[in-house]
Amino acid sequence: MNAESNAIVPIGGAIRTPSEFRHHILSVLVENKTGVLARVAQLFSRRGYNIFSLAVAPTDDERFSRITVVVDVDTAPLEQITKQLHKLVNVIKISEIDPDEAIEYELLLATVAADAATRAQVIELVNLFEGRIVDVGSTKLTVMVAASPSHLDDFEALIVEYGLVELQRTGRVALQKLGKPTTRRKQMKGKVS
Amino acid sequence: MKLTGAQALIKSLEMQGVEVVFGLPGGAILPVYDPLLDSSIRHILVRHEQGAGHAAEGYAQATGRPGVAIVTSGPAATNIVTPLADAYMDSIPLVVITGQVATSTIGTDAFQEADTTGITMSITKHNWLITDANDIPRVVREAFHVATTGRPGPVLIDLPKDVSNASMEWYWPRQVSLPGYKPTTKGHPKMVKEAARMIAAAEKPIFYVGGGVLRAQGSDVLASLVELTQIPAVTTLMGRGALPDSHPLCLGMPGMHGNYAAVTSMQKSDLLIVLGARFDDRVTGKVDAFAPFAKVVHIDVDPAELGKIRHADVPIVGDVRSVMEDLLVELEAIRGSFQDISLWRKEIRSWQDNFPYTYDRTHEGPPLKPQYVIERLRDLNTEDTIVVSGVGQHQMWASQYWRFEKPNIWINSGGLGTMGFAVPAAIGAKVGRPDRTVWVIDGDGCFQMTAQELVTATTERVPIKVAILNNAYLGMVRQWQEMFYDERYSEVYLSPDLPDYVKWAEAMGCVGLRVVHPSEVDAAIEKANSITDRPVVIDFRTDTHEKVFPMVPSGKSNDEIVLGEEGL
Repeated sequence: MNAESNAIVPIGGAIRTPSEFRHHILSVLVENKTGVLARVAQLFSRRGYNIFSLAVAPTDDERFSRITVVVDVDTAPLEQITKQLHKLVNVIKISEIDPDEAIEYELLLATVAADAATRAQVIELVNLFEGRIVDVGSTKLTVMVAASPSHLDDFEALIVEYGLVELQRTGRVALQKLGKPTTRRKQMKGKVS
Repeated sequence: MKLTGAQALIKSLEMQGVEVVFGLPGGAILPVYDPLLDSSIRHILVRHEQGAGHAAEGYAQATGRPGVAIVTSGPAATNIVTPLADAYMDSIPLVVITGQVATSTIGTDAFQEADTTGITMSITKHNWLITDANDIPRVVREAFHVATTGRPGPVLIDLPKDVSNASMEWYWPRQVSLPGYKPTTKGHPKMVKEAARMIAAAEKPIFYVGGGVLRAQGSDVLASLVELTQIPAVTTLMGRGALPDSHPLCLGMPGMHGNYAAVTSMQKSDLLIVLGARFDDRVTGKVDAFAPFAKVVHIDVDPAELGKIRHADVPIVGDVRSVMEDLLVELEAIRGSFQDISLWRKEIRSWQDNFPYTYDRTHEGPPLKPQYVIERLRDLNTEDTIVVSGVGQHQMWASQYWRFEKPNIWINSGGLGTMGFAVPAAIGAKVGRPDRTVWVIDGDGCFQMTAQELVTATTERVPIKVAILNNAYLGMVRQWQEMFYDERYSEVYLSPDLPDYVKWAEAMGCVGLRVVHPSEVDAAIEKANSITDRPVVIDFRTDTHEKVFPMVPSGKSNDEIVLGEEGL
């Protein structure tokens, strides 16, 4: 974050606007085998698609992992991406989650300058976002906030005022909202007809 | 029964019914070559690993069975990358087995180590690095399954040396379990019905027949479809032979160097019935201007091809043969309601009559007209002859002037456009179909890339025949420089007699012949056909200035087809 970008950030606005551009969330169930992530990632680059964020972890069934990929919809037609992904032998299932129908969460870790003068304000800000102070130094704090990506954008825009030392976000994970019509959730099985 | 990993590999190949493998041994694959001595599997020792890959491709295309190649690690694996990419583009079932350094040294930059699975990830349907000898039978079974089902393609098994040497308890998996791999083979009945309805209602329909029909062994069903509907068909470079060229409704090759009737009938069509084809840029020209009035029924086993380039009004995922069979049933049921398309056929017929492939037949020579050489080769050989070509002008002339009356007799590198494909691929084809005459139609540039495999052909007694259309140039590049770069010829001259192709052929144990004058053409071909105990190479000295026409200039609409020199 440079000083210039700090200056133009409106209160409550976002430095990056990942939730404003039209994005798609693909929830890809894959076999938990060596090299599967490489196959998925390479397919994106080979076909000229841009990955915005990526989160990978094993599921409750140890045979499978779930890759949550956020794709910028402008970079490629989504249908072609899912069809190509389906051709990977290790890909079991692909669900597209509509951002409007998704519970999206992301984790942010940030080390922030916080001396005696600003410490209380930083802590207050973290509390407002229901985050936690996870490490304390004499002039710095490391804080953790888990929230929706747009909330994190807001938090990032505010915390940057105090002087960011380091910031790391995980990329989002997402699940379908409960109790909504399931017809919005497209399950792509590589079939067109 | 305890076996070593290497023995298990060879036994697994035997269980898969493999009769021939093409390969070249080396350090990391050494253990596998030992049990090969005791196996019924024939091994063809190539002179370069690229040759092993292309030979396996030729074998696969001529026989319909998967081609198998075995090579070692590192440079051998990278040498076979080109055939893998080629097979991936042209959907050829290939199983390539590479040696790998021992698992304990993987990642240490060991001698002859390369990240083979990483390198080949995007040019194989799937690949496997085996780290446990117990996995070998399962992986081999899976590999053949993946290579041969759905849209066929190449797969690769990377086998570290310590895994080959390790001991395992032999078993043979009864079935394949790949939860993420279930190709759709049966077309959706509702879509098939809709396709039939559109076909019956179309006023200017065209079958756009690609290589998928050959891969699905669907030529006979296609013939029935064409018979029933009386709709003309174009056969793409990869689909040549899917419908006999002598069939009155076969229009031949469309695309950049296709004939006027095939190109224009697609442009004017109101319905493209796409069978196992993929709207390659060499067929469509400028995509936005391709077949602008046509609706599209697209049938392909690979769902990703549907809508990739051109929107399909009726997309059908399924095995092309199976879907064509269903379509045939649906069409039979409504045959009374077919639109009368006799005017459309008449229009196409007039294009065929007015704009056939032409060249200057009055030219007396020397030099030889390359088209004349191909016509003589065609007329002096039977319909069963397998024709293999490389990439360039000679490939286009071969596709234009040969008459393909049967499926799987035309083998060439379509999608990747691999120069040097022909000689090794022909060896593979001849090994797979020893009963057939195999003629290579090659260019001098292509020939020089892989000619050393003729040593393989001689040694292994694989008597292929090679016709070099020697115009002393990288002809297709020369043609583009002449037409689009103001005749500024840059690095395309090769020389007609360096190397001396006759001496080179003889040095490799072949019979070498040279033909300079048109009057000598027939005698040379007949002599080559009479020699059946060794390969023959004929150096045909052809006209440097001859260009491939018609031509749709790159990036232009197919409506801007250039018929000949005078159209420039």
